[in-house]
Formats: sequence, C-alpha cells, structure tokens
Amino acid sequence: MIFTIAGKDLRTLFTSPVAWVVLTFVQLIIGYFFLKRFDDFLEIQPQLLKLPSPPGFTELVAAPTFSTTAAIMLFAVPLLAMRLIAEERRNQTMTLLTSAPVSTLDIVLGKFCAIMAILLIILTLISLMPLSLAVATRLDYRLIASLLIGGILVAAAFSAVSLYVSSLTAQPLVAALGAFGALLAMVLLGEHVADNLQARGLGVLAAFAQVFSPVKNYEPLGRGIIDSYAIVCLTLLTALFLALTVRQLEARRLRG
Amino acid sequence: MPVSAESPATISASGLSRSFGSHTAVDNVDLALKRGEVLGFLGPNGAGKTTTMHMLTGNLAPSAGAVSICGVDMLESPVAAKAHIGYLPETPPLYRDMTVSEFLDLAARLHRVPKARQRAAVDTAITRCGLAEVRRKLIGSLSKGYQQRVGIAQAIVHEPDVIILDEPTVGLDPNQIREIRALIRELGNAHSVILSTHILPEVEAICDRVQIMHHGKMVYADTIAGLKQLHSGRTLLVGLNHPPVIDDLRAALVQVPGVVETDIAGDKLFRVRTATDIDPTEGIVALAASRQWGLRQIGPAQTSLEDVFVNLTRGEESS
Repeated sequence: MIFTIAGKDLRTLFTSPVAWVVLTFVQLIIGYFFLKRFDDFLEIQPQLLKLPSPPGFTELVAAPTFSTTAAIMLFAVPLLAMRLIAEERRNQTMTLLTSAPVSTLDIVLGKFCAIMAILLIILTLISLMPLSLAVATRLDYRLIASLLIGGILVAAAFSAVSLYVSSLTAQPLVAALGAFGALLAMVLLGEHVADNLQARGLGVLAAFAQVFSPVKNYEPLGRGIIDSYAIVCLTLLTALFLALTVRQLEARRLRG
Repeated sequence: MPVSAESPATISASGLSRSFGSHTAVDNVDLALKRGEVLGFLGPNGAGKTTTMHMLTGNLAPSAGAVSICGVDMLESPVAAKAHIGYLPETPPLYRDMTVSEFLDLAARLHRVPKARQRAAVDTAITRCGLAEVRRKLIGSLSKGYQQRVGIAQAIVHEPDVIILDEPTVGLDPNQIREIRALIRELGNAHSVILSTHILPEVEAICDRVQIMHHGKMVYADTIAGLKQLHSGRTLLVGLNHPPVIDDLRAALVQVPGVVETDIAGDKLFRVRTATDIDPTEGIVALAASRQWGLRQIGPAQTSLEDVFVNLTRGEESS
C-alpha cells in the first residue's frame, strides 16, 4: 500500500514541471561545481605530489561535491515536497486516501518514499560523476560509500521536515517557504547551540541539540568517518518529523 | 424493495454526536441500514449531513457515539471498517492530471482489490457509470457531469457493502441525473446506499427510507412507503365543474360518513379531510352525481415529501 501511494505521488511530481526543473538545476549546478573542482585539482596536482601523503581525488573533488549537494538540497527538498500534502488538502483529494482502507502511517510513509525516490535519483546521478573517473584514477570507494550514506541520511531528514511542514498548510508555496525556513534555522542554529551547550558542560543537552543539527551530523560522514551517533541523530530527526506528520494528519480527523 | 427482517445491518451508528468548540453540529444521531436498502438523507444546508457522513466514513472522529460497518467498529479498527465503504464526498476527490482509467486503477489498488480482479473491476465501474468513451481522457479536461461520474465510479470500483454518496447528482444535466438515479437504484439491490440530497423527488424516486436532519438532530425517519401511506389516506382532492358556494358544499359534504372538513384548494378544487377509518370517496361521488356538481376528479391528495420536509424545517432560511 505504501508503494501504491508512493507511485501515485511520484507520478504527480513528474507530471508537474517542478520536479523536472529542480532536477535539471541541481544537475547543472553540481555538474559545474564538480568540473570546477576537478579542474582545480588537476592544476594543483604537481604540488600535491610533493607532499608526504597527499590527499587524493576522492577527498579533494568528490567530498566537496557531496557537501554542496547537501547545501543545495536545503532548498530543493522543500520545493519537491511542498505539494505532497498541502496540495492534496487544497484540492480535497486527501479524502480519497483517508477513506480508503489505508492507515495514516502508510499514507505518510508512501509520500516519504516518493520524495526519497527522487532524491535517490539525484544522489545516484551525482555519485556517477566521480565514479565515471574510475577508469582514469584510483578512487576511494569507502569514502564514496560514506558520502553516499551521509547524503541519503541528510536527504531523509530534510524530506521528513518538509513533509511535516507540508501537512500544516493547504498552500504549497507556504509549505516550501516554511520548510526552507525550518531547515535553514536548524542548519544555522543547530550546530551553534550544540557546540555552545557542549562548551558549558551540558553534555546531555548538547547531545539532544545535535539531533536538530543535520549539517553537523553530516560532517563526520563527509570525511569518511562512520560516526554512529551522527547516524542515530539523523535517523532520529527523520523519525521524529515523520511521527509529527502522522500526528498532524490524525489531529485533522479528531479536530475536524 | 422488500427487506427481510433478518438481513444483518451493514451500517449502524448510535448516539453519534460531534461538536466543534461550543457548536454542536451533530447531536445524538442514530442510523441503521440493511443490505439492499437505499437511505435518503435530507436536511437544509448546515443541518449536519456532511458532518455525519464524514463520521460514518471515518474521516472525522465523533465526540460521542459509535459507528460500526458490517460489524466492524470504525473507531477500533478503522482500516478494516473502511474496506467495506465506498465514499463520494461533496467535492469529488479527483486527481486532475490522471486519465479516468489510471485514476480508477489507483482507487482499486487503494481499496485492496486483488491484482487479478483489478482490471475487471475497473472495466465494470467504467461501464456502469457510462465512462467508456472518456476512459483515456484526463480527468481535468472532463465536464462537471463526467467528473461527478468518475467520483461515483471511484466509490463503487471495489464493490463495497456500503456506498455513501454526498449529493451525487449535483452538476448533472437531467438525462445524466436519470442515469445516475437508475444506477443508484441498481446499486441498492446488492449494496446499502446512503445518499444526501436537496432534491426531494430524487428521494421519492429512488430511496426505500428517508431520514431528515435539522439542526444536527434526526427529526424524521420513515420508509417512503410509510410516508406515502400516512398522508394519502387523510386528504382527498375533489374537482367540481359546477360547485355550489363553499358553505353549501361544506354542509352537504359533512353529511357523508367519513368527511371531517372541507376547504378550498384552488379554482373549482376542494380539499376534503377525512377520517382515517372510513373512506368517503363513494359517498362523495354519489352525492356529486345526484346534485349535478359536475365531478371532474377525485383522488388522494399527493402529500409529498416536500410538505413533510417544509413542516419539519420551517422557519429556516433556505439557500
């Protein structure tokens, strides 16, 4: 049932121009960034060779490419997710789903899967950029795997937050702006607050605040370090906002 | 349609209430429907019909009371209960960028129609609702009437036990209305149907039972047959071509056993209230013949549902 809903929402996403425009621009921006980094890398390669243990292509080109992807998802995900619930409410089509023998959790997970499918397409295409150079150079596949895991987890967290904001309003554009604002606040404040609390010796609170700091949690993965607490934090953030979305939809049934 | 007493209730609601803040939209409504019955749900705008339907379909949680669909409690196991329902809300939930058959495929999948039967189910719904020539068109490009039919098709594609239709004939032309009525009548043979409407002849034409809501309360519940019987026996409409003055007529008619009261109902037309146990028709015919009043017509006055409806909900601004 989750996949029936996911399929339906994917279809709706791709029949509107939003998904295509976002996909195109993300590819263009990341593609340009990748080439620029690659170019710079070729330029400084002779100097790098003089170092005792020089950083490789994966570290200097692939890793920044993925960090940029995370930054771009900050506005791309709210745009892609804005219609998922808000538009169903505006067109009163949500009744089709809520009258069918489908649980609210299935509805939310279906929509989450739809947005994740698109983001996985983006991440796959971006992974292909460094992977295409496998013929020419030796790649650090472990680092690429770590980058991909980080990318997917950040995409999931952003999607869950955007989905929740989309459930709060019947106006897709308001949903997009709201989600962008919420994500931006988390990115800007989350790390600052977590570091601040850590500095004051409030370890438990800092650990708690870190859940709401997706970029801080991406950082170790971006350097190839599988930090289990960072992974837990990103997963928790995703689960929390998916649960809030379920609750919001249930509340609509209770409040009317 | 005769309904045997032992056929189980497909939908039953008891003590259903719902308030929004301090405003009580639905107050202690009871409702029960058996297989093969069509229930007409009437009421002025804002009477609480749509709110009641939202609660019956599990789209709104009641403040008090219980809903059970085919013996499954809606509040305890909503998913199992919803499987028995087909619902067409006031605004049909249509995805405008899908074609008719794509949309019905989706509706069938959402309602857990087994994959092997899905194609047949969609084809049946398309045929029943007369959508064959538009099945490949985008829903957004269809006229309101066709969209309404797609809405009905969506509600019946999974052959539910209970079909709930909120104003199904809104926006249709007279021919389409007749087709949809015939369809609802046909659905009523095998399923339970609840439909809300403003159009009273519609209810008289297709429903077995009628319930009228007013200010959130159920103010009237009866079968259509009972409704007609209740009122037809009480009043006769008599047309005379050469009537005497009204006082003479009153004096003459009151002699006929069974006549209670006579009133002017129109030009050379009189309304005769009668006792329930004696039928004075023959006496009136004989009297009119002997006095050469020129009897033109005599028969039970058609007390329609409209009279009942207006009586119960009078004083309401209708819109």
